[in-house]
Amino acid sequence: MSHPLLQVSGLACERGDRLLFADLSLSVAPGTLLRVEGPNGAGKTTLLRILSGLHDFYDGDVRWCGEPVRRVRDHFLRNLLYLGHRPGIKPRLTPMENLRSLVSGANVGDERLEWALDEVGLLPFAHTLCDRLSAGQQRRVALARLYLSDHALWILDEAFTAIDRDGVAALESLLAARARAGGAIILTTHHPLALADVTTLTLTGAEQELAS
Amino acid sequence: MWRVFHKLGSPKWFFGIASRLMPWLLAAGLCLLLAGLVWGLLFAPADFRQGDSYRIIFIHVPTAMLAQSVYIMMAVAGVVTLVWRMKLADVFVRSVAPVGLALTFLALFTGAVWGKPTWGTWWVWDARLTSMLVLLFLYAGAVALAKAIEDEKLAARAVAILVVVGVINIPIIKYSVEWWNTLHQPATFKLTEKPTMPAEMWMPLLLSVLGLYLLFGWLACLRMQTAILLRERRTRWVREWIEPVTR
Amino acid sequence: MTAMAPRPRFIAADTPLPLGRAMVAIFARDVRAGLRQRQDLLNPVVFFVMVVALFPLGVSPESGFLRQAGPGILWVAALLSTLLSLDHLFRHDHDQGVLDQMLLQPQPLYLLVLAKVSAHWMLTGLPLVLISPLLGLMLQLEGNSLWALCLTLLLGTPVLSFIGAIGAALTLGLRSAGVLLSLLVIPLYIPVLIFGTGTVMSLSEGLPVSGHFALLGAMLVLAVLLAPLAVAGALRISVSNG
Repeated sequence: MSHPLLQVSGLACERGDRLLFADLSLSVAPGTLLRVEGPNGAGKTTLLRILSGLHDFYDGDVRWCGEPVRRVRDHFLRNLLYLGHRPGIKPRLTPMENLRSLVSGANVGDERLEWALDEVGLLPFAHTLCDRLSAGQQRRVALARLYLSDHALWILDEAFTAIDRDGVAALESLLAARARAGGAIILTTHHPLALADVTTLTLTGAEQELAS
Repeated sequence: MWRVFHKLGSPKWFFGIASRLMPWLLAAGLCLLLAGLVWGLLFAPADFRQGDSYRIIFIHVPTAMLAQSVYIMMAVAGVVTLVWRMKLADVFVRSVAPVGLALTFLALFTGAVWGKPTWGTWWVWDARLTSMLVLLFLYAGAVALAKAIEDEKLAARAVAILVVVGVINIPIIKYSVEWWNTLHQPATFKLTEKPTMPAEMWMPLLLSVLGLYLLFGWLACLRMQTAILLRERRTRWVREWIEPVTR
Repeated sequence: MTAMAPRPRFIAADTPLPLGRAMVAIFARDVRAGLRQRQDLLNPVVFFVMVVALFPLGVSPESGFLRQAGPGILWVAALLSTLLSLDHLFRHDHDQGVLDQMLLQPQPLYLLVLAKVSAHWMLTGLPLVLISPLLGLMLQLEGNSLWALCLTLLLGTPVLSFIGAIGAALTLGLRSAGVLLSLLVIPLYIPVLIFGTGTVMSLSEGLPVSGHFALLGAMLVLAVLLAPLAVAGALRISVSNG
């Protein structure tokens, strides 16, 4: 039995006037692929932002490797790769420049960056400004980070948006290989996933009563 | 120690304590303030230079003092919010900010009214008046920011940061405004060098200051209770509390 | 889970974080992207020049008045154009999700903010300082006064950027951000404005001013050291909001 990487219990979050979820529990072990489902507005994005540490206003307990995540934030962030539904790239930089600044924490050479861009099919555009690229291509720049990543946990919010069918297939095999190798993945997507061994968590978005 | 602190932070506990405290605060505050005002406005001797116009200090000084103290209190509560995430502290910051804004405005207004007979003009760019004007802006910023952010918890934290930044700046602002004042005007009329007050003047002043502080305590409790009811409306204790009232 | 669940490779907590490299990366990235965005680069400078040009037209072109009011005019104009430029300090990054990635970097957010605001000053504050001698001449400032003015702006505009960043971070993503930002930030700008113009005025009255420069320098140090803390806290709140 391997120790869970991320463990959540009694999680509750309110946005404005609405209670998104209450008493939510989940646990993500190495090699898990967890898919979060639910209708629009059910709080999928908020849940993923809480899990990644971007959204800091919730009640409940989030633990990383058994420790409260707020206390081991440093170790947690070193092992987390989060891709939001906004691509996170600067439009006035080239894919190469964007990628270089995004991986500035790790020691990655330019050849590796070019290889990653090649994997997502963007090598011909490596030195074109990103605001000249299509939405799908911009997302591919962000996705190229997955090929360079050795983070233990990936959190991917709508990662397949604007990606064509070939791209989705390539990503699916990347995710499957990643999970086999011991990486944990939490994702949301509206695409049907052709992956085995996917755990699903469904958020209903129904308003519930908060216990005192 | 920790448990006491946490209990202090519990809105439910505060709600009960506040309910018991408020009648006393209100009664004592009203009595003191009325006593101070009646004494000051009707019975205290007239000033030998300003005549009766000085009597506005019995309103002006308490509001000005309280306006400044409230900002400091907000900053202390802001630090508590940011460091210990205590719910009550952020309720306090958000509840009293509009009160502070009103008090500062009142202090400026009574100051201007006092200025007319004393200086012959409604407004003088005097160091004190200017500092109070800046305080008014600081309060206005806090109130506007609290209004602009919809989510209550986020708003509370944002306002806490703003108030703490503001309180660090207040001494710098005060110092710079005083320096600016000496640079631009020879210090002819300055409020700072007051003649020593006889006891018949400062005693009623003290009473009205105390009275206003107690009344502020009452108002703060009232506003915090309202905010707590709104914020905790989904919890069982609020529902149970509200039921006999609405029925 | 199966018994043979593979173990993840962790990045250990004690591998040293490249702090300097991450700061340089953010600084270089922002400056590079900023230099490519000519419009945003020019806006504060154009605004600065326009505001300054309004005063002789609106009040008086008489050289005595200009010489006396000149430092104040230049300072107020610099303050307003800094305020104008603050709007896109974080907003574009926020809209693109770039800010999310910055907050998730394992390096202390304090240092990253420091790098980011410095880059912003390079792109918006420094051009104002560089063009100020020219505008000073047009306002009949000469000799020592002129250079003293430029020096106060050099010391003071970074303070404006750093304090302004707090307001920009707090109002990020709000609907009425523009007006609110000025309401939050202008009261905090008052000491800088007073000492900035006061220094030049004291100098023209023949008073010693080294102490004033020391004060401006102290404000700069204070702003650079403390403001990023508040900015970091405010960014976490604003990012939670959206």
